[in-house]
Amino acid sequence: MTATARRRKRPDYPLELLWNLTLRELRGKYKRSILGWGWSLLNPLVQLAVYSAVFGILFKATPPPGDPSGIHAYSFWLVSGLLAWNFHLNGVMGAIGSLAGNGNLIRKVYFPRSILPFATSLSWLVSFAIEIAALILILAVFQTINLAVLPLVVVAAVLLMLFSLGLGLLVSAVNVYFRDIEYLTQIALQVWFFGTPIVYNEKLLTNPKTGLHYHLLGIDVLTIEKLNPMYHFTGLFRTLLYHQTWPTFGEIGVLVAFTATSLLVGSIVFRRIEPRMAEEL
Amino acid sequence: MNAMTPPDDSRPTTPSERGAASHGLEPSLLLGPAKDPAIIVDHISKKFRIYDERNRSLKAAVMRGRRARFQEFQAVDDVSFEVERGTTFGLVGENGCGKSTTLKCITRTIRPETGTITVDGRMSALLELGAGFHPELSGRENVYLNASILGMRKREVDAKLDEIVEFAGLERFIDMPVKNYSSGMYVRLGFAVAINVNPDILLVDEVLAVGDEEFQRKCNEKFATFRDAGGTIVVVSHGLEVMRDICDHAVWLEHGRITASGTSGDVIDHYLDMVRSERIERARERIGDGAGASPNAATGTNIVRAEMLHADTRDPVESLTATEGFVLRVTFDAEAVGEDVRTNFGIYRDDGQRVGSFNSGWSAADGPLTTVEMVAPRCPLQPGTYAVNVAIHDHSMLQEFERIDKFARFEVLPSEDRHQSGMVDFSQIWRTA
Repeated sequence: MTATARRRKRPDYPLELLWNLTLRELRGKYKRSILGWGWSLLNPLVQLAVYSAVFGILFKATPPPGDPSGIHAYSFWLVSGLLAWNFHLNGVMGAIGSLAGNGNLIRKVYFPRSILPFATSLSWLVSFAIEIAALILILAVFQTINLAVLPLVVVAAVLLMLFSLGLGLLVSAVNVYFRDIEYLTQIALQVWFFGTPIVYNEKLLTNPKTGLHYHLLGIDVLTIEKLNPMYHFTGLFRTLLYHQTWPTFGEIGVLVAFTATSLLVGSIVFRRIEPRMAEEL
Repeated sequence: MNAMTPPDDSRPTTPSERGAASHGLEPSLLLGPAKDPAIIVDHISKKFRIYDERNRSLKAAVMRGRRARFQEFQAVDDVSFEVERGTTFGLVGENGCGKSTTLKCITRTIRPETGTITVDGRMSALLELGAGFHPELSGRENVYLNASILGMRKREVDAKLDEIVEFAGLERFIDMPVKNYSSGMYVRLGFAVAINVNPDILLVDEVLAVGDEEFQRKCNEKFATFRDAGGTIVVVSHGLEVMRDICDHAVWLEHGRITASGTSGDVIDHYLDMVRSERIERARERIGDGAGASPNAATGTNIVRAEMLHADTRDPVESLTATEGFVLRVTFDAEAVGEDVRTNFGIYRDDGQRVGSFNSGWSAADGPLTTVEMVAPRCPLQPGTYAVNVAIHDHSMLQEFERIDKFARFEVLPSEDRHQSGMVDFSQIWRTA
């Protein structure tokens, strides 16, 4: 006999609950802080200032010139990749927190558990949208903006959200059993961040004397980067917001493949662990 | 064991019959199939894992080469029953018998390993009131959030909001963040949401005691309205008399198995009989051991000994029926007190309700050891657990020299004539006049 709880009228995925939980996240996020939503912008601004000062001025990092936008400023090059990374980081860590922090709810009330990471991802999508909107505004005032890329920015944001959600589902579910997954993920994300050309130009991966790529454990680092989804995602946002042109279909295909894989693996693992969450949390 | 099951009933037809039959229950304690079941619980079993080590980190798992070792604990073992639509159904049993786990299986927070549960209708569970409230959000925002967790749409909440707020008595505070609520307000709002989401089926786990008396009354009214309107209720409790009053049917769970099912009165009586025979057995064992020390006795500084005895045998007594008498006896050192002493005994039900307070009316002092007895020829109380206090006072009762709370506890067992409930057991004569 299978362990199922049947109902005569099977309810659909409760979209309204998803919406309400997203609102809860958004409303709760900056309550009781003077700046409120200002924090949502201040945080990346300060991060941007620090990285620009350290890498742009002290290390004299030179970004590739924007083609065809003509922008040639480290801070704009940095921010278009950095915002995408932060969104990813928040999505994954938020998913872990959403299960760990709602144990009370999970133990007492039934609803599809995946709603919790999903709602967190959506709330970060809103923050991300605000940040991107601010960036576009600043670009329009101080540099230039090609409005034709905007529809694809939306698609890219949703794609990245789903990619991070898939990974978030995976780690948040495993974290129910092993609580140190949370800390492990934090460390892994840090390594991942510096392993992705976000603060540095990927040209630095080439040895200036020999003109060849560096190797890690005998493997060409650029090959490793090609397998790094975030290399492609940060690249996509740079294509759209820094170079301000459309990506190739091939590049979009790669991103869709990464996202699909992440969502598939994430939801399979999540579904396996879901029935026991109420007991294990 | 199986002698009780009808021999020709080789292929039982309903889950509850099969479940009951496999445990060899008497046919009278067998709950038949429901004509129009709202809930069908069909042979569910659930094991819990009890981990041997508390440390369940990844490191520990890697070091061991496998996941944490655990033992399995069978919380629910092959439980089947059907709940008739429009009735109130009780899950009764001692702590750890699996009744709450069964309820959680019905709510789907816990999934049984085997067996199926079919629920027809919208359920609302009064399990954790206010689960999912966000402390920083206002009461109003939390109502919408909580209602949508319970499966209600925004339009429905809009229509019900005033009713919910009024029921919770929070009109003035509804736009305040719930972190500023008192625990009572919090629970009241949670209850108001849960009961106002228009459920067909209400699941209740021992939360009937929320809020003050006024709110309790409102809740009970709401339950009654809900029942009258044809709602189905499943209640979990170990409060026997409450269950007898409110439930139509009940199942008795013991170690995860159903040991009795039927009308709530039958099930509870069955249980009390069982408890009673167990107690008699234990009392016999104790006397057989020759253990002289009475558990129903205590000593203080001035009070040398206070004890409760059986009226006839003069043995320490822990359980008796309403027709048996008892003696409350206190021995105190009147010289140590230095003056005459009045004695007072108080009897309390285990929920703290005072049954009676009895005063000797005179004072006595008789050397170093004075013994005062109160003899009660009957114990006119309904079945339940009671405790006895003793206090010694001066003659005017203005000064209390010493008091010992709960020096004795006793159980009033049901007598043969069980057609009664409440607090007091009057001796009665029934006839057609």
